[in-house]
Amino acid sequence: MSCNNCQNNTQCPYRNSGNNSSCNCSNNRSQREMFNEIMALNFAINDLALYLDTHPDDMNAIRMHCAYSERQISLTEEYQRLYGPLTINFMSDTWDWIDEPWPWERGAY
Amino acid sequence: MNHGLGKGVLINMYYYVKSLQYPINIRNRNPRLAKVIISQYGGPDGELGASLRYLSQRFGMPDKKSKAILNDVGTEELAHLEMVGTLVHQLTDGASPEEMEAAGMGPYYTDHGWGVYPQAAAGFPNTAASIAVKGDPIADLTEDLAAEQKARATYEKLIDLCKDDRDVVDVLKYLREREIVHFQRFGEALNGVQEKLYQRNCYLSGGNNNNNNNCGCRNN
Repeated sequence: MSCNNCQNNTQCPYRNSGNNSSCNCSNNRSQREMFNEIMALNFAINDLALYLDTHPDDMNAIRMHCAYSERQISLTEEYQRLYGPLTINFMSDTWDWIDEPWPWERGAY
Repeated sequence: MNHGLGKGVLINMYYYVKSLQYPINIRNRNPRLAKVIISQYGGPDGELGASLRYLSQRFGMPDKKSKAILNDVGTEELAHLEMVGTLVHQLTDGASPEEMEAAGMGPYYTDHGWGVYPQAAAGFPNTAASIAVKGDPIADLTEDLAAEQKARATYEKLIDLCKDDRDVVDVLKYLREREIVHFQRFGEALNGVQEKLYQRNCYLSGGNNNNNNNCGCRNN
C-alpha cells in the first residue's frame, strides 16, 4: 500500500504503514524527480530574491517567494529524510554526509 | 516586530548545499572543451573573479538595494564557479595522459593533473588584477554591468566552440542567461544610486559612514 519511495527506503516513517494518503513522499516519485523539483524551487527562490532586492515593494513577487520557500522547506526536509543530507545541519544517527556522489561527479544527476 | 512566517535553515556562515544550481551530467569525456571552458573558472571574465568582485564591492555600497544585490549575485557566482569546475572535471575525468596531451592539455596535465586550477584558457593563473573594487558606487556598479556583458560574450564564444556537445551547450546557455539577469539587476541598482545622487544634500561616500544621519535620502 505504501508508495515506491517508502518501499525502497527503510528510513521512511510511512513505510509499510498501509496508508498511502498519509505519506508525504507519495506521488510515487523517484529520487531524481524529487531532487529536480528542489533544484527548480531553489532556482526560483534565488531568482525572485534578486528581483526583490531591487523591487522590494512588489507584493506579488513576495507572495511567490513565500509559496516557493514553504514548498522548498518541506520538500527538502522530506528528501533528506529519505535520501541523505543536503546540508551539514541535518540530524542523523549515521554520518551520511560523506556518502557519494558529490554534485560535481558524473552521474550525480 | 514580526519578521516572517517561518522556519528555514539557520547556520551563521556560508554553508554548503550538496546540490549544483543546475544539473550537469556530461556523457562524453572531451578534454579539448575543458581546455577552453576553464577560462570561466579562473579567467579574466570568469566566475571566480565575478564572485570576488561583487562580494568585495558590497562593503562599499551606500544603499539597501545595492548592498543586497551585490551580496546575493556574488553568492550566486560561487555556485556558478562550482558549475564551471564541474564541467571541467567531467570533461577530463578518466582521460589518459595521452588523451590530455592530444587535446592540447599536456602542459596543464603537467602542472595540475586532473585537478581544476583557476586559470584562463590561455594558461595564465587567476589574478585579482582582472577585477576592480573602487569604493565608489557609480564606478563599481558600472564595472559590474560591463563584467556581466563580458561574461555573456565569453559564454557565447564557448558555445561556438562546444556546439558539438549538447550536454555542454545546455549548461553554457543556462550560465549565459544568468549573466543577462544579473546585468538587469545591476542596472536597477545603479539607477537607485543615481536617483539618490540627484536629491539634495545627499552624500554617497560609501559604506555606513556616520555623516549622513541627517540626510533625508537615507531614510530607508
